[in-house]
Amino acid sequence: MSASSAFSDEKGGSSSVGEPEYGHDPASGGIFSSDYKRHDDLKEMLDSNKDSLKLEAMKRIVAMIARGKNTSDLFPAVVKNVACKNIEVKKLVYVYLVRYAEEQQDLALLSISTFQRGLKDPNQLIRASALRVLSSIRVTIIVPIMMLAIKEAASDMSPYVRKTAAHAIPKLYSLDPEQKDQLIEVIEKLLADKTTLVAGSVVMAFEEVCPERIDLIHKNYRKLCNLLVDVEEWGQVVIINMLTRYARTQFLNPNLNECLLEEGGESTFYGSDADQDEDEDEDKKDEALSKRKPYVMDPDHRLLLRNTKPLLQSRNAAVVMAVAQLYFHLAPKAEVGVIAKALVRLLRSHSEVQYVVLQNVATMTIKRRGMFEPYLKSFYIRSTDPTQIKVLKLEVLTNLASETNISTILREFQTYIKSMDKDFVAATIQAIGRCATHIGEVRDTCLNGLVQLLSNRDELVVAESVVVIKKLLQMQPEKHSDIIKHMAKLTDNIQVPMARASILWLIGEYCEHVPKIAPDVLRKMAKTFTNEEDIVKLQIINLAAKLYLTNSKQTKLLTQYVLNLAKYDQNYDIRDRARFIRQLIVPTDKCGALSKYAKKLILALKPAPILESPFKDRDHFQLGSLSHLLNTKAGGYQELPDWPQDAPDPSVRNVEVKESVPEWTKCSSREKRKEKKVEKPFYSDSEGESGPTESADSESDSASSSASGSEQSGSGSEESEESEERSDSDEEEEEEEEEAKKRKTQKKEPIEAVQQSESEQSSEEEVKKRKVSIPPPRNVSESESDDDDSPSDSSQDSESEDSESEAEVKKKKKITPPKAPTKPVKKEGKKEKKEMSLLDFDDFEPTPSPQVTPVGNFLSSSLVTDLEGLSLTDTVLSPATISPSGSLKSYELLHRITGEGLWVEYCFSRQPFLPDPHMVAVQIQFTNSAATEAKSLRLEEAKLQSGMRVKEFPEIEVLPAGESATVVMGVDFCDSTQAANLQLCTHSRKFFVSIQPPVGELMTPSFMTENEFKKEQGQLMGMNEITEKMQLPERCQNEHAIVQRVIAAANLSRVPCGSDKECSSPAPPPPGPPVHRFAGRTVTSGSLVLVTVATKESGPSQLTINCEKMVIGTMLVKDILLALTQ
Amino acid sequence: MIHSLFLVNSSGDIFLEKHWKSVVSRSVCDYFFEAQERATEPENVPPVIPTPHHYLISVLRHRIYFVAVIQSEVPPLFVIEFLHRVVDTFQDYFGVCTEAAIKDNVVVVYELLEEMLDNGFPLATESNILKELIKPPTILRTMVNTITGSTNVGEQLPTGQLSVVPWRRTGVKYTNNEAYFDVVEEIDVIIDKSGSTITAEIQGVIDACVKLTGMPDLTLSFMNPRLLDDVSFHPCVRFKRWEAERILSFIPPDGNFRLLSYHVSSQNGYPVGYRSLVAIPVYVKHNITFREGSSQGRFDLTLGPKQTMGKGVEAVLVSSQLPRGVLNANLSASQGTYTFDPVTKMLTWDVGKINPQKLPSLKGSMSLQAGASKPDENPSINIQFKIQQMAISGLKVNRLDMYGEKYKPFKGIKYMTKAGKFQVRT
Repeated sequence: MSASSAFSDEKGGSSSVGEPEYGHDPASGGIFSSDYKRHDDLKEMLDSNKDSLKLEAMKRIVAMIARGKNTSDLFPAVVKNVACKNIEVKKLVYVYLVRYAEEQQDLALLSISTFQRGLKDPNQLIRASALRVLSSIRVTIIVPIMMLAIKEAASDMSPYVRKTAAHAIPKLYSLDPEQKDQLIEVIEKLLADKTTLVAGSVVMAFEEVCPERIDLIHKNYRKLCNLLVDVEEWGQVVIINMLTRYARTQFLNPNLNECLLEEGGESTFYGSDADQDEDEDEDKKDEALSKRKPYVMDPDHRLLLRNTKPLLQSRNAAVVMAVAQLYFHLAPKAEVGVIAKALVRLLRSHSEVQYVVLQNVATMTIKRRGMFEPYLKSFYIRSTDPTQIKVLKLEVLTNLASETNISTILREFQTYIKSMDKDFVAATIQAIGRCATHIGEVRDTCLNGLVQLLSNRDELVVAESVVVIKKLLQMQPEKHSDIIKHMAKLTDNIQVPMARASILWLIGEYCEHVPKIAPDVLRKMAKTFTNEEDIVKLQIINLAAKLYLTNSKQTKLLTQYVLNLAKYDQNYDIRDRARFIRQLIVPTDKCGALSKYAKKLILALKPAPILESPFKDRDHFQLGSLSHLLNTKAGGYQELPDWPQDAPDPSVRNVEVKESVPEWTKCSSREKRKEKKVEKPFYSDSEGESGPTESADSESDSASSSASGSEQSGSGSEESEESEERSDSDEEEEEEEEEAKKRKTQKKEPIEAVQQSESEQSSEEEVKKRKVSIPPPRNVSESESDDDDSPSDSSQDSESEDSESEAEVKKKKKITPPKAPTKPVKKEGKKEKKEMSLLDFDDFEPTPSPQVTPVGNFLSSSLVTDLEGLSLTDTVLSPATISPSGSLKSYELLHRITGEGLWVEYCFSRQPFLPDPHMVAVQIQFTNSAATEAKSLRLEEAKLQSGMRVKEFPEIEVLPAGESATVVMGVDFCDSTQAANLQLCTHSRKFFVSIQPPVGELMTPSFMTENEFKKEQGQLMGMNEITEKMQLPERCQNEHAIVQRVIAAANLSRVPCGSDKECSSPAPPPPGPPVHRFAGRTVTSGSLVLVTVATKESGPSQLTINCEKMVIGTMLVKDILLALTQ
Repeated sequence: MIHSLFLVNSSGDIFLEKHWKSVVSRSVCDYFFEAQERATEPENVPPVIPTPHHYLISVLRHRIYFVAVIQSEVPPLFVIEFLHRVVDTFQDYFGVCTEAAIKDNVVVVYELLEEMLDNGFPLATESNILKELIKPPTILRTMVNTITGSTNVGEQLPTGQLSVVPWRRTGVKYTNNEAYFDVVEEIDVIIDKSGSTITAEIQGVIDACVKLTGMPDLTLSFMNPRLLDDVSFHPCVRFKRWEAERILSFIPPDGNFRLLSYHVSSQNGYPVGYRSLVAIPVYVKHNITFREGSSQGRFDLTLGPKQTMGKGVEAVLVSSQLPRGVLNANLSASQGTYTFDPVTKMLTWDVGKINPQKLPSLKGSMSLQAGASKPDENPSINIQFKIQQMAISGLKVNRLDMYGEKYKPFKGIKYMTKAGKFQVRT
């Protein structure tokens, strides 16, 4: 045991007087006069019964640890208190334990049982903390215990405990790398976790343990992309960096074609793009690019880019940098520009942040100058910047220099040259030299400027100028013999060796331009030879040799003299050089061969040096990484792989485990499901605990989404069913598909769904149902589909059977506690699969499509999406509003005769189109009434009015005869009712179709209070207000009818009245004529649309519409009028 | 990730060390000290220093170096950002982040560091969660603790980490419900010799102090949200709502926090229509000359307000690093006091408030080293000032609404403009 030696260490260490850790405790001064006593006393305190004494002792011990003092001799006394009730004592004991357990392994084992007990505690936080400390104790003996604990915690109900398990994985791995295989299993399992809490930590574990196992990511890729926004910031950084690497292996280079075509025109091409960082532009460009070239971006690639972009606004510089590097490495060139603004913003941060950001910007500017050109001035240097920041900014400015801005930059450089910071001045001169080499037009100006600097009083400045001038002159020496002469004169004054050497080299190299001066310079140099620095001496020898070869008459003796001096120099380099030169140039009898070529050797034309940025080619390191910063590979650095030549199979990211499917027989699959089922409840529990994080996922909402599927069917939208089909289970869908294929039955959920929804009418009923039906969401849809007369009952049946069995198992589950999985590998995939089908339905869609939102139509889309993030939907806003009932009107897109059996209808689902809030979601239903199957249904080459945009739906690969399919696409109509003309393609034909939106569909509901409404209305008077009088027919008089009709005609939301008369129907009718208000916003521009219907007991009612867009207003008046008076 | 942390004070002593993995000997800091010696200025120590087995990443705050030791590849900004977060947390807890404060609260510091990192990976960095775990020390609590022997570690287990909004604690209660917002803008300017603006940009922040009961849901809207083109948010802000409606909608953290920071620039690079020229609130007339061969130099400086919308310019402080050749400055100030430090050659002039009727000026002569030649460069002038009740960008809050709670909060908003890096080249 090392206690005794440690003790003497401590004794030595503590001899310094006035330790602050005692100083702050007035009582301690007298007691602890000697070291022995001090520790005895601490032990005594630790052994006492009083928590306060223990605490005091622990505090002192921790303070000692903090100061780096060795307190390991107290280990036995401390470890006894690990089970102490006092929470602070306990925590401090943990601190101590983690610090010293490694040194005192045997004693540390005493504490293990406490943690093992903790692992079983009903409180999740205690379980987590026990696991945390247990895994932090670096004692090899307990590796099996840790492994067991991690495995158990990885299936814990609490996401917080699972997060802790993820944290523990790298700890165990570093302790015993042999556990890798088992740990990978745990990682695989945790990667499938759907809570944001776990995501960051498990990816971190993945990066530390098995970064090469990129295949583990496939199935979680889309989920990670979708969760990303809601993961805590540190996790975001890790995930983004990992996904960058992943994307590099899985997608094609989006710039491949451009590289070939536009190599030359790079700068002009990018010059314009940096300021156009709006989404629309991007998408347009993207479209334009894909039209021009065969390259089509993988939707998953796009998903990643789209979901990371908002993070550029993070307050955390590391996140911003991570997104920036992701865009730099992955985005099409035209889109990379968006990161510039965010990076420039970081330049206002702490100087350390600036330092790192500037390093990365410097690398980026070499590749993509245009991106940062608009921000040139943000890189101007202030005299108060630290030198290292100055130098980096200078680097960026130099990289940004181009013909157009060089004059501004040079003017700025002139200011810098006058700076008092001489290192910075030297760097500036270098920078000028680089500008001059790159931009031919300013070379003479720069050279003249530098020559002027030669008369500067500061030697450093002069020396640096000489060096740079030398490099510049080398490019075109013949023009500048006067400068060379001028520099020759400087040899008398300049003392900086590098500068002297440069001048001598210049004179030697271009001695034919200065034939008179050169020998004289050599003469002077020969005189001072012995006192020169080594580099100068070498250059004197060179000069001598060159002169000897060109002008041997005048310089023969001088050369001899110099060579003789050099022969006896102390430096062997110089002696070597002299010997070599002498042999080479002085013809002797012995060596004939080489000296013939002496002239060729020495007077060969030297290529002009290329002044390069030190940041050139640094981008082969992943930007933002430590390796990039240091320009050397740091330990553990994962190379950024090159783009693959051919895209790997994108279907690996589909959530279905393809390989395992064929083996399934119907019953075995069900058995397996049961097994999986066992896992299920804790996930659903965990959802309860981690509800926010789950629902915060913008595109999905697990449990509630399926519930809302049923709810929405009540609102009469076919869309809801469509989304149910999607959300309910993309897995299920796919699985079903597989099963269908197997059993030669056909998948026809969509049709059923649509029909169901049409059969559903009453919204109130639905609301009730929703309340009831939340826990087993599937049952609702099943029960609803009873009266379904669609052709394929078999699949339907099997479907419901399955769900029944699921329900059964669920019941069972409630009784039996969860068991840890025994055979993980095989089951993993299926487990995952089942979980998905039941819980997290829509993370995994192939392309994002409008999702079910948990709230009804009456909330504005933005609000809904916002609220999703916070799961406040029920509490915050629950206005009792009537949602439009009745099915949505559908329009024909393609008649079944024209379409040769293909019948296409469309309707406006009134769901927010999540991929782009400025688009209207259009739900399209394909029905194949032909005898043969239709293949590859898709939209192509939309010929759109200017400004309009279309987000196509994913191609329908096969539509069997007699089947229908429903898809959703987004159209940005630019707030106009002009039709969107599209081309609908099948495998054999193309049809020209057009989608004509009624004006009422160009808006989304906007939720506001009555006061807000009135206020907004007050701002939209005059031309923006349109009023019509009308006579309401008898049956339209009641409030319900009015609301229903208006909402049917236009996608607006009801503004709740001040008096809550709707809420309590039996209340007496309010005095005065009732006024109904509706509010919405146009989808594209977000202009307010306010509708007021004022009914009067006698006489005509009045309809008022306030809208910024007068055209919309006029058209809406007509529509609503029609709807109300019909 | 982060292996260890060493705190080094300005005299080069390690006064605190914390290890999250196995112990790294403090001798690793020798590499840091070497770099520190090489650097001329304290802030010139490179933030990342490679050593044979480790990498040292450091930040300098409040004259303390926070040196993190890492062993393998990690994004440097990740570590830097985290270290800054540590400092912010300390500041939040102890009011100041000085060596003395850290030493006095060494146990709390240790507890905090323990919670913030697990195995080197950040665990709980939200100050609200941390405050639930470890109560910040107050004088009263320290007293009570000493007497009763109770602790400053939270009795209850923290739930914030598991909550709907991880940045807010549950069960917040106040008798006075208040929400204050400070719009603070710093204006960064470089003005060249001729008085024309080279760059001007505004760095603005909205700091909030929200003390509201329960789970309030706030929305903050602006009169001119278009100004806010380049923003970063506290995680509580609902990004989508902002994108769609340009309204800040959020459930605030409890207490002080930075709601958003934004950047307004006068330069191009913004779409047409977003262009906003940055108004410069003060002007400087200067005439600083050195004559060749003379041992005297002239110094003449006048300040005046412009474009301040009638608000007074206060707390004006002018500083200038005079050339090395200047031995002394013999000046007279029409207002305020000036000091010249002959060692550092730093001239500071505390002007105070600018009176538009009688513009403050500083005139006189500088004596130069006899025989020395005239300095190459003219000094640049740095100016600090404050303008109350005005945001120079013109940003105005329209209204603040609260949903989700019944009571009526007291709301307050304050505007202020400060000089950031306001530099005049002469």
